[in-house]
Parts: sequence; structure tokens; C-alpha cells
Amino acid sequence: MTFLATLVNGLSLGSIYALIALGYTMVYGIAKMLNFAHGDIIMIGAFSIFTCITSLKLPAILAILIAIVLCTILGITIEFLAYRPLRKAPPLAVLITAIGVSYFLQNIVLLINKLSNKTTFVFPTNILPDISLKIGSGDNAIIINGNTIFTFIVTAVIMVALTLFINKTKMGKAMRAVSEDKETAELMGISANRTITVTFAIGSALAAVAGLFYGGTVISFNHTLGSMPGIKAFVAAVFGGIGSIPGAMLGGIILGIIEKMAEQYISTSLANAVVFGMLILVLTFKPTGLLGKKINEKV
Amino acid sequence: MAKFKNIYNNCMNKITSSGVVTRKDLWTYAMLAVIFVAVLVSDSLGLLTRQLTSLLVPVCCYIILAVSLNLTVGFLGELALGHAGFLAIGAYTSTLFSIAVQDTITSVWVRFPLALIIGGVSAGIFGLIIGLPVLRLRGDYLAIVTLAFGEIIKTVATNITVDLSKTTTTSSGAEKVVEQGLFGSAGLKNAPQDSTFIVAFILVVITVAIISNLVNSKYGRAITAMRDNRIAAEACGINITYHKILTFVISAFFAGIAGVLYGHNYTIFKPSTFDYNMSIEILVIVVLGGMGSIRGSIIAAIVLRVLPELLREFSDYRMLAYSILLILLMLINSAPGLAGLRAKLSIKNAYLSIKNKVMKRKTAENGGETHE
Repeated sequence: MTFLATLVNGLSLGSIYALIALGYTMVYGIAKMLNFAHGDIIMIGAFSIFTCITSLKLPAILAILIAIVLCTILGITIEFLAYRPLRKAPPLAVLITAIGVSYFLQNIVLLINKLSNKTTFVFPTNILPDISLKIGSGDNAIIINGNTIFTFIVTAVIMVALTLFINKTKMGKAMRAVSEDKETAELMGISANRTITVTFAIGSALAAVAGLFYGGTVISFNHTLGSMPGIKAFVAAVFGGIGSIPGAMLGGIILGIIEKMAEQYISTSLANAVVFGMLILVLTFKPTGLLGKKINEKV
Repeated sequence: MAKFKNIYNNCMNKITSSGVVTRKDLWTYAMLAVIFVAVLVSDSLGLLTRQLTSLLVPVCCYIILAVSLNLTVGFLGELALGHAGFLAIGAYTSTLFSIAVQDTITSVWVRFPLALIIGGVSAGIFGLIIGLPVLRLRGDYLAIVTLAFGEIIKTVATNITVDLSKTTTTSSGAEKVVEQGLFGSAGLKNAPQDSTFIVAFILVVITVAIISNLVNSKYGRAITAMRDNRIAAEACGINITYHKILTFVISAFFAGIAGVLYGHNYTIFKPSTFDYNMSIEILVIVVLGGMGSIRGSIIAAIVLRVLPELLREFSDYRMLAYSILLILLMLINSAPGLAGLRAKLSIKNAYLSIKNKVMKRKTAENGGETHE
């Protein structure tokens, strides 16, 4: 039964990775840049939920909404101030700027925390309704807790909604057009800047949701909460083929399962090495990822 | 004035005519020599506090790290985020070697060079191992893979235990266990302290000499060509694969050398030190000093290592300042919209405009005569 329990845990973690990976993959597909600060937006989301609930005593649903709005605004602001001026700059410059933004977010939160003389925080666990599902009976029973159930449901709903958004709406069509060929899309009357802003907004809102679930998984957290899931979600996005939305979902879930299986059957402390090893293997043998398209370089 | 300029130019031409050393490099060596003398003089005058003395070897380490990373980031133009991993490999393999042979090879002058070779070569081998799979990758993918490699090295080091503890008998006859070796997440313990400032400085000079000569060589021109236009470079017959791997190996080798210095200086260190943040810190040095400028890397390494020690009360703000610095530098240096601002800030332009003004004044003084 441990296998099944591990699988459920892996699926749950994988759904969180998928949520984060979606933000990465959409931004990469459209702006052709790796948003290193994406992981830190998760952290900001988790922190704002934490602050709203423990300090301001707001109801959970309001706290989540505030976190989503805050992260969306933050994502748009970052894009406007740090990434937009570098739109035509060499990729290396954009990448280093993104690392700078990631560090900035972490350290600003660290400074704020130091003012309150605390560095580690406990994520409130009573946000989600306390329900649990029991499968099987007796010794073989596995209990799925509320956080896991909600992660599944919310991720599934978001994925369906996002797929519909990308495929059915005008904005989604514009996003696909910009990711396909920015110049031509602009000639067709699509504002590339506005499309990129919307992409950042969606990605950041998803990061806030991921912050809620990830915070509920790790419970004890600090200003570096986002960096590991951020990197792993990028691994997931690469795994599924960066730029591909179904790829991000698939990659996230596979990566979550691999990580939990490695923790269970190899070693807890080596799980990260296994995850990163997988990334290197995938990139060595299939650099475009599982569902990625091959892009031919133009001279 | 003109006479001095002539003499200077003649000397420079003679030295640089061999083609091995460029004028730029001579300035770098002169700067290193000045720093070396300044450190020795202020040390003998007792001006260096204990804090600063303890910083000497680490600063040398960071110079080597920054110069070697500059080869990959500045000259090859690929972002590598796993430099701390190579540092870790150099530090671990060499200190373990030193601990193991401590009793058989008692002379530091034999043991330390051997440790250097072992640390450098093993880091170089890892550079090769990383270089092979990332051949097909560029840009963001390469950055993330090097990051992943750094994390793997760190994670694996936390899971290895090499116990080389010895039991010694103290003068009173009681037996005492000296903990030596690598103890998983508790890290490496009690390596011999073989690094000194002089040795570290010599290594800095050797590193700078080798890397600046490489950059001036055919190899260096090949990698800068690859940076500026990969496809054109390939069309000119440059073997991209070979040069990329070679750069990785050289860069890793020197990071390993820095690791040997690091390990034999601190003697006790944990694997968690060599994390992603450390790689970023080295990257900040390279970016601040100027990508593709060896002298810049040296200056930035010194400033960014010594300044935080002097401004300890602001230590909370250090990383915040780094991050803002990174963003601003990138925006000012690379944003197409800020080209005008760049021209205003450029030292070269400022110098030229002052020179022009002086020339104009001179012509005015000479009564409007045209002056060459």
C-alpha cells in the first residue's frame, strides 16, 4: 500500500509543480525568456496568505483572493520594470536580470521578516475545509487529506479552464500567435506587449494558487520557500517540452511522482539529485522535452 | 609630456611585439603587483586587522573563481550557474587527499601541489562530464542544467561519509580521537591548513596569466566569435563542440584550484555552503566587473569581498544591494531604450569630451590658429 500512498503524494506534489510550470512555460513560449523570479512569486503568495490570516485575521477566501491579486500585480510590475526594457536585449542580459529580480524579492521579504525578528513561519493549516478521504479498509487503508484533494480538484479545474482560454478566446488566440511569430502577430494588429502582460498576470495568479498549496504541504517556511519548487517546476516545464501547455501539466505530474518515489524507495536526501539527474538525461536525449516542438534557428 | 608618451609607447610596443602579452594584460599584472605590495606593506605595518587578514585567501579564491567563470560567461557567452559545484569538488577531493597523506607526506611543498593537481583535475573531469550532455543546449537550458549539476554535487556530497579519523595518544597517555574526513551533511572536518596568502596570490597570477593568454590566443578568438555569432563562427570552420567543452573544462579546472585553496584555508566546511547562492555571488562579481574583462573581475572580487566585511552593520542589506545592482547594471548596459544614458555615463565619452574642450581652449589661446 505504500506504493499507492506514494503515488497519491506524488500526484499531489506533481499538480503543484504543474501549476508553477504552467506559468514558466507560458512566459517562455511568449516572451522567450526564463522567468527566474517565478518561484519567488509563489513565496510572496504564501506570505500574503499567511499574513492575511494570522496577523490580519481575515477569512480564508478573502486571504486567497488578496494573494492572487497581489501576485498578479507584482508579476505585471516586474515585467514592466525589469523585463520590458530588455525585450530586444541579448538573452544572457534578460536571464541575469531575472536572477536579480528573484534575489530582490527574496531579500526584501527577508528584510521585512527581520523587522519582526522572525525568520521561519508556520503556514496556517486551517485554510481549506478539513475533509479527508479513506480508500480501502483496515491496514491497507490510505488516507488522502484535504490539501491533497483540493490540490487535485483546483489544478484540474485550472488546467481545463486554461486550455479552453488558450484555444477558444480571442486573447488566447493572440497569445498563440505571439508565441508563434511575434513580428507577424504585431502586423496583424495584436499588441505583443499587452499579450505578454496578460501572460505574466495569468502565470503569477497561478503562482499564488500554487503558493497556497505548497505552503500547506511544507507548513514551515521562510523567504526561500519558492526557490526549490521554482527550479523543479522549470525542470518539469523542460521535461514536458517548454512552451507546450499540456507538456507542462504532464511534466509536472511525472516529476512529482518521480520525486516522491525516489524519496520512498531510494533516499530522502538524494531525491533532489534524482530529479535533477532526470532533467539532464531528458535534455541529453530529447532536448525538446516530451511534447516540445523542434525549433530551427534562423540566421 | 609628449616625450614620456613616446617612451611609454616604445616600451609597450617592445613588450607586446612578441604577441603573447597585450597592453591590457600588462596593466592587469601591474595592478596585481601593486595590490600584492600594498597588502605586504600594510601587513608589516600592522594596518591589517585580523578580520582582513583572514579574508586574504578567500579573496584570492574568489578572484580565481570570477576570472574562470568570466571565461564561460564573458568570453564564451554561456550562463553557467553551477560554479560553486566545481569549487566543492576541488575542495573535497583535495582536502580528503591531504588528510589521507598527511602522515606519509609531511612536507607542505610536496603535498599542496599534489592537492592542487588532484583538486583541479577532478573538477576538470566533472567539467567534461557536464560539458558532454550540454553540448546540444544553449542559453536558458544550459543555465538550468549547470544549476542542476551544482545541486546534484551538493546533494551527493551531503550523502557521502569518508571517515579518516585518527587516534592519537596525548602526552598524558590518554587516547584522543581526531575527527578527520568527510561526514555527510556535517561536512569536512580538520583538513591541514596549507593555504597561505603568498601561495594563493601566486595561483591568482598563474590563473590570470593563463586565462588572459588563452583569451588572446586562437582559441580565445574562436570562443568570442562563437559568442558573437555562433552560426557565422561555425561557417568559418570553428569546431563549436570542441571549443565549448574545452572552455567548460578549463573553467572547471580553475574553479577546482580555487576549491583547493578554499578547502585548505577553512579546513572545516559543510556541503550546504556550495549552494546556488554561492554560484550567484560569483556571477554577480563577473557581471559587476564587466563580462569579458579579466581586470574587472579581479577588482569586483576584491570590492565585493572586502566591502561587506568593512560594512558589517549593513550586512542585512548586502544581498538586497547585490540584487538591485544586478538589475540596474543589466538595464543600463543592455536596454536598447537606454542607449542615450549609456553614452552619457561612459567614462570614455567623458574623457573625449574633456579632451575636446581642452583642445578648443588651446586653439582659442593660440589666437584662433588651427591646431592639429
